[in-house]
Amino acid sequence: MSVIERSIKVYEGSRIPSPIPTALKVDQEKHSLDDILTINFGPNHPSTHGVLRLIVDLDGEMVAGLSAVIGYLHTGFEKTMEQKTWWKCITYPERIDYVSFQANELAFVLAMEKLLEIEVPRKATWMRMCLAELTRIHSHLVWLGTSALELGAISMFWYTFDDRDATLDLFEMVCGTRMHTRYFQAGGLAEDIPEGFYDQAREWCKKMPKAIDEYEAILDRNAIWLKRTKGIGLLSADDAIALGQSGPVLRASGVNWDLRKSMPYLAYGEVDFDVPVFPEGDVYARYRVHMEEMRESVRIVAQCIERLAEMRGEPWIADDRKVVLPPREELHTSMESLIHHFKIVTEGYLVPEGEVYECVESPRGEFGVYLASDGGPKPWRVKFRAPSFVALQATATCMTDAAIADMIAIVGSLDGVMGEVDR
Amino acid sequence: MTVTYDGVPGLVETVGGHGETTLVVDAARIVEACSFLRDERRFNFLSDLTPTDYLGWASRGVAGHIGSHGGRDMHAPGSQGFARVPDPKPKRFAVNYHLLRISDDPERVRVQAWLDDGEEIDTVIPVWPTADWFEREAWDMFGIVFRGHPNLVRILMEDDWEGHPLRKDYPIGGEPVRFSGEE
Repeated sequence: MSVIERSIKVYEGSRIPSPIPTALKVDQEKHSLDDILTINFGPNHPSTHGVLRLIVDLDGEMVAGLSAVIGYLHTGFEKTMEQKTWWKCITYPERIDYVSFQANELAFVLAMEKLLEIEVPRKATWMRMCLAELTRIHSHLVWLGTSALELGAISMFWYTFDDRDATLDLFEMVCGTRMHTRYFQAGGLAEDIPEGFYDQAREWCKKMPKAIDEYEAILDRNAIWLKRTKGIGLLSADDAIALGQSGPVLRASGVNWDLRKSMPYLAYGEVDFDVPVFPEGDVYARYRVHMEEMRESVRIVAQCIERLAEMRGEPWIADDRKVVLPPREELHTSMESLIHHFKIVTEGYLVPEGEVYECVESPRGEFGVYLASDGGPKPWRVKFRAPSFVALQATATCMTDAAIADMIAIVGSLDGVMGEVDR
Repeated sequence: MTVTYDGVPGLVETVGGHGETTLVVDAARIVEACSFLRDERRFNFLSDLTPTDYLGWASRGVAGHIGSHGGRDMHAPGSQGFARVPDPKPKRFAVNYHLLRISDDPERVRVQAWLDDGEEIDTVIPVWPTADWFEREAWDMFGIVFRGHPNLVRILMEDDWEGHPLRKDYPIGGEPVRFSGEE
């Protein structure tokens, strides 16, 4: 691991609070001075990215104590999935983090395939990679638009959501829906790639880098943006690892760690891309990582499209009739296909006994899925390792010695999606 | 590169499967084992901490599970039987720690400790601070007590919630609903 050397030594040892690593406590002597004002920030506050509640003890403008309260969006996904057949479960992970839907679905399907020991055709692998990267860009655009909006750059929101729409158009073309596509199946893809996709995606790949340049032109010379992000919300590399941070937050703390490069899955070993790493560990570094990652993702998408264009006519799903639905047209002529279709949809397929942990580099970091199966048609246990859930644990560390106005920037930069935090 | 896990304190057995390694350790020595793995085997990153409830494993009548020892049960509609009945588990709860080594030679391993209902396990916050919320979630959802946790309170459910929802004996659809208009 190459941890980039910092030019200025900001940290003296760890800043993680003790004994509770996720909460800042006010000094007892300070508390008795009657100077401390406790305010309740959220759960319904426009800049909490959902329903995050922060209980903040203020000493003037400075944050002296902080603890995060979550769970307002808890919907019991994991319990619900235990009641559904594996086949139906695929729809759930997407809805957990509604901004990086395809990456979550990918992790779940990969974990299922690990249990099923099913071979996936290469066309499906490349298309999965392509859509996973499109999701990353979609997610980063939403992040950029909302985070900049919270710091006063309203126009960013309109621009990013315009390009987000163009990205979702691609999803609509392939999957029929703009979000929550359920396009990945155990064994491959639900449908073949439509013919018009290649041209529209190539067009998009040409447009996107220019759009990213424009975003930077708006923000990078904006004095307010720089003042409000530079040197704010510091997180050292050691603290980030100890607090389990992953994704852009970890890479903005100078740790060169990306599952796509470090432990490649799908065909990430065959594409050419770089992992942006910034050593400063502040909000600005996290912004830089997001911007550079979008550029790298466009590069990966472009490579995927060229490879996929060569694979026209190849199968997009494994030929395993016990797990994969038979082709639609066969249902009218083949009794066995009809029976299998009926059985898979009503009863589901059996997934062999075992337990697996599979993870992908989602836009927010390591999104992991732990599955335990008893060999029946329903999962015994599903657990999601949600990167946002872990990211919010770093709030207290980042908020040490921060002002109340920085809180918005810091919480935004940790990129928590509350649906994923609370599951 | 193969890693040997000899010398892990309290190691009961090493299980492989699906390309993953599971180290079953004695629950009483979990902190020792985790510290050893962090310091001697450089597993500096706790990816995930997740318990699993195995109540009713390989028998019927439990949520998420229909089947019988005889195979397919024709009297339970929409059910499929096991190809084989799964092996019994040593105790009710498994607490899984998914460890990762963030370095040039990355590696993953699962540490597993078994608990019966009511048994406690030591907190691993001193080893990896990120365990804080994971352990709170485990307490909230499964009722597993982590000894020495500085703030073991509910995290996802309401503070006054009764029961631990992800336990297998927690009913589905049984929670009381307050309808608007009711006084």
